[in-house]
Amino acid sequence: MKEACIVGIGETDYCRKPGSGLSQLGVQLQASARAIGEAGLKASEIDGIMPFPNLGRAEEIAANLGCENLRYAATIHMGGAAPAASLQSAAAAVNSGMANYVLLPAGWNGYSGARVRQTVSQDVSSIPGGAIARDYYLPFGFTAPPQWYSVMARRHMHEFGTRSEQLGAIALTMRKHAQLNPKAVMHGKPMTMDDYLASPMLADPYRFFDCCLETDGGAAVVVTSAERARDLPTRPVRILAAACGQPYPADEITNRRDIFKTGLTIAAPEAFGKAGLTPSDADFAMIYDCFTFEVLQQLEEAGFCQRGEGGSFVEGGRIELGGELPVNTHGGLLSEAHVLGMSHIVEAVRQLRGGLGERQVKDAQVGVVTGWGDFGDGSIALLAR
Amino acid sequence: MSEYEKPLPVLEGFSADFYGFCKQGELRFQRCSECQAWRHVPRELCAECGSWDWEWALSSGKGEVFTFTVVGRALHPAFAEDGPYAVTVVQMDEGVRVLSKVQGVSPEELAIGMRVEVGFEAVTDAIHLPIFNRVSA
Ligand SMILES: [Zn+2]
Repeated sequence: MKEACIVGIGETDYCRKPGSGLSQLGVQLQASARAIGEAGLKASEIDGIMPFPNLGRAEEIAANLGCENLRYAATIHMGGAAPAASLQSAAAAVNSGMANYVLLPAGWNGYSGARVRQTVSQDVSSIPGGAIARDYYLPFGFTAPPQWYSVMARRHMHEFGTRSEQLGAIALTMRKHAQLNPKAVMHGKPMTMDDYLASPMLADPYRFFDCCLETDGGAAVVVTSAERARDLPTRPVRILAAACGQPYPADEITNRRDIFKTGLTIAAPEAFGKAGLTPSDADFAMIYDCFTFEVLQQLEEAGFCQRGEGGSFVEGGRIELGGELPVNTHGGLLSEAHVLGMSHIVEAVRQLRGGLGERQVKDAQVGVVTGWGDFGDGSIALLAR
Repeated sequence: MSEYEKPLPVLEGFSADFYGFCKQGELRFQRCSECQAWRHVPRELCAECGSWDWEWALSSGKGEVFTFTVVGRALHPAFAEDGPYAVTVVQMDEGVRVLSKVQGVSPEELAIGMRVEVGFEAVTDAIHLPIFNRVSA
């Protein structure tokens, strides 16, 4: 099978106060320009752009950067699952000749711009499920992501005995990793289990520290064919396989026959199968960590452990650097910044290039990146050095 | 008009029917006329058998708590004064699940498996929300 490669990565600074000082578009452009530059490319060579859903348009990104030869523009509408899902489509695009170099930009002013709580109350169409949420969720105060997902977490606790301390172990791991990442918003701010347990309940079982950060910042990557990658200055990171999937029904979260079957349940076996690998081949995993339980849930559905065993899997340092499966070595959405899943790809690329110092996963050869979005859309990419 | 400030369903299409029945004190869900499968939320056709024939069938109104969350910090301004409030997914005896709330039960008492029965809360003249009350098992 023909492989595609990630040949450029770029990021802005990540911050809360005082804000990025850039527009939402500007944040994406700065990260994009850095990714294109790192890849040793000119903007005019970027002939494919896959904007993040609802946050960017290929036309304006191209016009600002100078991508005057744009041929391929597509968005995978999966919320936070879009970046890893876009790797699949970008790889197909460069290997079929639809584009030579595809840019994947993401970014927003998640702190200084419109906050999630505002967008929901002002624009119901921004909610997955649209009119379903408007007519059957919002009247009961079921209005925002931590609430939507917390009912899955509660059910998991009921069926499998998953405990708050196990969700806390995930939050603590992300925070611990952030101490090794100067870019992380929570760098220099360690956290203990007591801190975690004492944080206020936002949507039981989600406490404040179960929830991702709201930050300003952007990240971007550039994908090209393995052939073209050879002529570029960076060490290419190979996309062995990528896949995405949706839960059923994807537009309504409560009436699923199997409430734990999400998009990743479908996508993970496809990706591992295509790559000829199993989860145990992964040296690390960058798991989309919008909330702690989603990490546990994705570890199960991706096959790193059996369903119901996620709680014990995340304990005992297993997902920490030096453990069996280091997860989110950058600190993730929980402790680095909320960059919509693109920073997870960026960190995976860095790990596979090597040279990350004390944050480096020893002898990292194969890494997994997942995405989670909307009401449980899922994506996964298997990357290798 | 009412001073009710929380989000309300829009009475269009299937939602006009669903909430129209609620106003009459009836909880009804779609049921396929072909394979008899109940469904919620409303859909155009039966995803089980493909039939476009269905009726608004009267629910027993009885079910049990399938899962829930307790919102300690509202993320919508209209609910800011309500916290902590519980949002509950009720599994109806017919099999469909409906998102609602259980009234008269404190968030601490609420538990998965609790038997509940539908009631209706008239939040405006036009909208009576289906809510649930605890019943003894
Ligand atoms: Zn049917």
